[in-house]
Amino acid sequence: MVSKSRSENVQIPIGPQHPALKEPESFLITLQGERITKSGVRLGYNHRGIEKACEQRTYIQAMYLIERVCGICSHSHSTAFVQAVEEVAGLQIPRRASYIRTLIGELERVHSHLLWLGVAGHEIGFDTLLMYTWRDREVVMDLLALLTGNRVNYGINTFGGVRRDVDAAQMEQVLKGVDILEERTKYYITVATDEVTLINRLSNVGKLAHDDAVRLGAVGPTARAAGVARDIRKDDPYAAYADLDFNVVTATQADVYGRTLVRVGELLESCKMIRQIIKNMPDGPVTVKAPRKVQAGEAFSRYEAPRGEDVHYVRGNGSDKPERVKVRAPTMANVQAVAHMLQDGYLADVPIVIAAIDPCFSCTDRLIGVARESGGRGIMTWEQARQAGIEWHRARGIDFTRLNETFRCGEPR
Amino acid sequence: MSLVSKIVTWARIKSPWVLHFNTGACNACDIEIIAALAPRFDIERFGVVLKGTPRHADVLLCSGPVTRQIKDRLRRIYEQMPDPKFVVAVGTCACSGGVFKGCYNVTAGIDTVIPVSAYIPGCPASPAAIVDGCVKLLMSLEKSEEQAAG
Repeated sequence: MVSKSRSENVQIPIGPQHPALKEPESFLITLQGERITKSGVRLGYNHRGIEKACEQRTYIQAMYLIERVCGICSHSHSTAFVQAVEEVAGLQIPRRASYIRTLIGELERVHSHLLWLGVAGHEIGFDTLLMYTWRDREVVMDLLALLTGNRVNYGINTFGGVRRDVDAAQMEQVLKGVDILEERTKYYITVATDEVTLINRLSNVGKLAHDDAVRLGAVGPTARAAGVARDIRKDDPYAAYADLDFNVVTATQADVYGRTLVRVGELLESCKMIRQIIKNMPDGPVTVKAPRKVQAGEAFSRYEAPRGEDVHYVRGNGSDKPERVKVRAPTMANVQAVAHMLQDGYLADVPIVIAAIDPCFSCTDRLIGVARESGGRGIMTWEQARQAGIEWHRARGIDFTRLNETFRCGEPR
Repeated sequence: MSLVSKIVTWARIKSPWVLHFNTGACNACDIEIIAALAPRFDIERFGVVLKGTPRHADVLLCSGPVTRQIKDRLRRIYEQMPDPKFVVAVGTCACSGGVFKGCYNVTAGIDTVIPVSAYIPGCPASPAAIVDGCVKLLMSLEKSEEQAAG
């Protein structure tokens, strides 16, 4: 017989300061015994107001600010922003510049995935893996410092190209570094496929099936681990990706173990791509002259960041300052799926399930203020915002009602 | 200096326990703090151990310009730390607000909220700078303890 106290729900708040999570964010977990019955996430601790600040800065100042949306995928954000501005301004960047951007982007992916592998190891109590991957990560950090002058926040992009050229000696160094990284990656693949404790700990934890991943709009390795072969580098190639030969790594496990396999697989693909970039590096200038003032217009830019699809929207009004900048970072898309992954799981799995989407809450913390048509400002509930969106589209002849029935969205949490 | 206070000073300087708290940073300084703990830089050789709770910590490593959401939490975490306690501001944002100075949701730097003992500038502060800053803080502690003892 189950006693009364056992059937009661217990609420456990996690964060904003918590040993397992490096960033301030807060989760409220409702438990029944060891099982999670409900979970909610509270964001906003990292909200700094970057989008608004961009509107008060010139394009070139905003570019450096946008780079500091996130310190791990800084090149992703700056490239996505620069691409959008270049589209508005009608700039065509030289091929060599797009190759250098791609090179830095892939090196960044290597550093980010190694970082994740270490953090994941730490969350499951496998600190040896943390120390190994963070030691190897220094190899790629050195390469980034060699090419850009900075370990983090590289500042390589500029409107119309890149700020630094690479010479033959540097490319030689990169190839040497990639050899080491590839060898170490092969070792991690052995660890991920042979190490029984790792496989048992990660399998069937944080399940997110294919249909749920599509329905909840998961992106990046989180979606690819559920068999959704979605990769902006393949689907909508930017920079030099159209010239490169690579595979989209997917897995069928749809759990944390699958996400590990996808990331380790992508490390190898990145090494392959870096070699191709160095081999086919075109000659020529690295920058074209960009105007200080950007003409009126708007553009969307998509970029496959290490965590998934990163979307930037820029609207110019003919002045030297952007009128509106919008950032939709990959974690914003993936964090919706976390509540689903935690459902019916164990409390002990909470840190690794959250870590498995490779969350970056400094990317995510955006805010939208709503100005009512009747005047004044206020808070809109999720349901009101959804309804307003549906009506706005319907007034313009777009109706998603039938689509909504097919992909029935769950109750907002 | 009595023998007991000598031992206390020695213990305090040889094994400072640190708490890392992100006060709205972009993650760059945070990963550099972890990199300082990783094998290449290995700050643990100075006895520095990362702890999970403010009640165990001697040193608070803060990164980020302090958002309005985090301000009260930062103050509470500081109050939970036992005396003597020290705060290290890691990165330009933590020192002065950096690029985010003037944004509507940030206050400019850690020292607008709690007293700071050491500033480590840089965007982000490199692991070498973090190690250097921590060692300098410990050295200054040793000196001030000696001076207090006469």
